Amino acid sequence: MAEVFIYPATSLILSDLVARFGHKPLGTALSIRERIQTAGLDSPPLQMTPDDAKKGLRWAAVEVPSGVRGRMSLFGPLIDQAEAAIIVRNPEFAFGCMGCARTDELVEFLVKQKKIPILELDYPADEEEGINFVHSVKNFLTRLGGVS
Amino acid sequence: MKEVIPPLYAGTVTKYVFIESYKATPDDIAARAYEVSGGVMIKETCFGLQITGKEEEVERVISHVRELDPAHIYVKDRGFPPGDPRRCRANLGGARPGYFGHEHEMGFIRRIAIGLEKLDSPSDIPASESEQKNTEGLSVKRLMELIIQEA
Repeated sequence: MAEVFIYPATSLILSDLVARFGHKPLGTALSIRERIQTAGLDSPPLQMTPDDAKKGLRWAAVEVPSGVRGRMSLFGPLIDQAEAAIIVRNPEFAFGCMGCARTDELVEFLVKQKKIPILELDYPADEEEGINFVHSVKNFLTRLGGVS
Repeated sequence: MKEVIPPLYAGTVTKYVFIESYKATPDDIAARAYEVSGGVMIKETCFGLQITGKEEEVERVISHVRELDPAHIYVKDRGFPPGDPRRCRANLGGARPGYFGHEHEMGFIRRIAIGLEKLDSPSDIPASESEQKNTEGLSVKRLMELIIQEA
């Protein structure tokens, strides 16, 4: 079972397909859950603390805005952990503020720097593309040593 | 001063179960989940369920629920447990922030369902992916289907 980083990290489709084919999806929910269940942090709504911006320094330089560094404290450990990655190109719903956009760029850059197997896809626009989408994900995950 | 919220349900996992099926409703999968719920906490929602508990128990319930309609039931991790005061709209007031991603993906998840249904029949896999990438917008085949439907 490989640990597969998914981008968008909140994607229901990618998360489901990775788990369905026998691997562990690495999405933001895992980082959030870790914060929620660790005693001592108390900042609503996302349990982000000033320390997170410091932790983000591991993945982003000090002159990078703290918003990006804070986000990187969520994504960074997942990227470090990842043994493979599935990336959806230009997902519409990941559109957000400049902090989100820069973080997304940095996440994609770091994943590609890591030299791990990466599958890049587009969201399916019709049924045929849907079949190809699932088929490509399955083939990719099977090559990693999945269950089916 | 900020209210300190202690860790809730420490050591558990929470998973979303989404259903987009013509054979079953969220109510059906809730009934099916309760059949084997054991020690897990199940919250029924308009799109499916949220299941909280020990990881192995949650997985057991999910695999039982998924048998109902494997290609149309989707599962995803959730960071917050249900009813968490930082996210639950009962505490925040107004609509709950978030769900934009889910809403977007649920809009075309039927295409994924078709892909899952046709996984076992390789003859149904359309032309190579490279051909698909070159197709801009509506494919000719799909256009023909729409014309036939409208005729």
